[in-house]
Amino acid sequence: MRIRVNGEPRDVPDGCTVAALVELCELRPEQVAVELNQRLVRRADRANVTLSEGDELELVTLVGGG
Amino acid sequence: MTDPLHDTTLKIGDVELRSRLLVGTGKYASFEETERALELSGTDCVTVAVRRVNLDASKGPSLLDHIDRSKYHVLPNTAGCFDAASAIRTAELARDVLDTPLVKLEVLGDKTTLLPDPIGTLEAAKELVSQGFHVMVYCSDDPRMCVHLAEAGVKSVMPAGSPIGSGQGVLNPNAIRIIQELVQGVPVIVDAGVGTASDVAAAMELGVEGVLLNTAVASAREPLRMAVAMKLACEAGRHAFLAGRIPKKLYANASSPLEGVIAGAGPA
Repeated sequence: MRIRVNGEPRDVPDGCTVAALVELCELRPEQVAVELNQRLVRRADRANVTLSEGDELELVTLVGGG
Repeated sequence: MTDPLHDTTLKIGDVELRSRLLVGTGKYASFEETERALELSGTDCVTVAVRRVNLDASKGPSLLDHIDRSKYHVLPNTAGCFDAASAIRTAELARDVLDTPLVKLEVLGDKTTLLPDPIGTLEAAKELVSQGFHVMVYCSDDPRMCVHLAEAGVKSVMPAGSPIGSGQGVLNPNAIRIIQELVQGVPVIVDAGVGTASDVAAAMELGVEGVLLNTAVASAREPLRMAVAMKLACEAGRHAFLAGRIPKKLYANASSPLEGVIAGAGPA
């Protein structure tokens, strides 16, 4: 199914969870945070949240800043 | 007689900092330089920003790999947010990564000045406080605004000395002194605009509890040496403040005794 991740379209398997998406993107789960449709998905909940067609996700990390 | 080397720690919410210098992690040439600069600065508390992961990049080391959380408190900021809603979302995302209630709240007004938007800042501060965040809030040097923020329950008010990255130092020291006097119960930390070591010392001499800087070190010609300078300046200014300076007088006050001068010496 088609979702959007960080503003870009992406295809993921049906039934894909947030946790699975983080793994698909080859990210370290403890270094990122996830928003689904502008709401935080807590790290502990990622495996329980299944994505739907058209979902918009933000995958963020911490970078240098003042 | 008090110990001339003694100072209290800087308490912000549950966090206790030995160093009164807080340092940003932006604009350095490399992660290695960042790590070394933080070490030389003597800081206990470093800021980071929240940004989209680069999904295309090869999975190399990250900033977080270079910050030892057993040595530093990590203070995530909401830089890049121009309204309260995005600042609140950013704080929530950062808290999920770091598992800390600390957040440096920034709600900016425009890209050129990077001045804080006071309305959005206060709105976001109130909401984040109600969600249990320990908010350290970037604000202007308006004393009444600082009082509003303190009353909203933030853990620190952080007035700018001058615009972010501008290097102009503390442009309005009297405003900072007034803020220090009016704001009850929370530490005042000068954040933004510091250019060089004397700016840090001057800020600490005003009696503020700390200084937060980034560009002044990261963009100096020799960032590592400037980190050393800032560490010393922060300590110097703090000790000078605690020591109690002499007043400024119109006329002279001789340092050597007036009595016992030899024949022919002394005033006419």
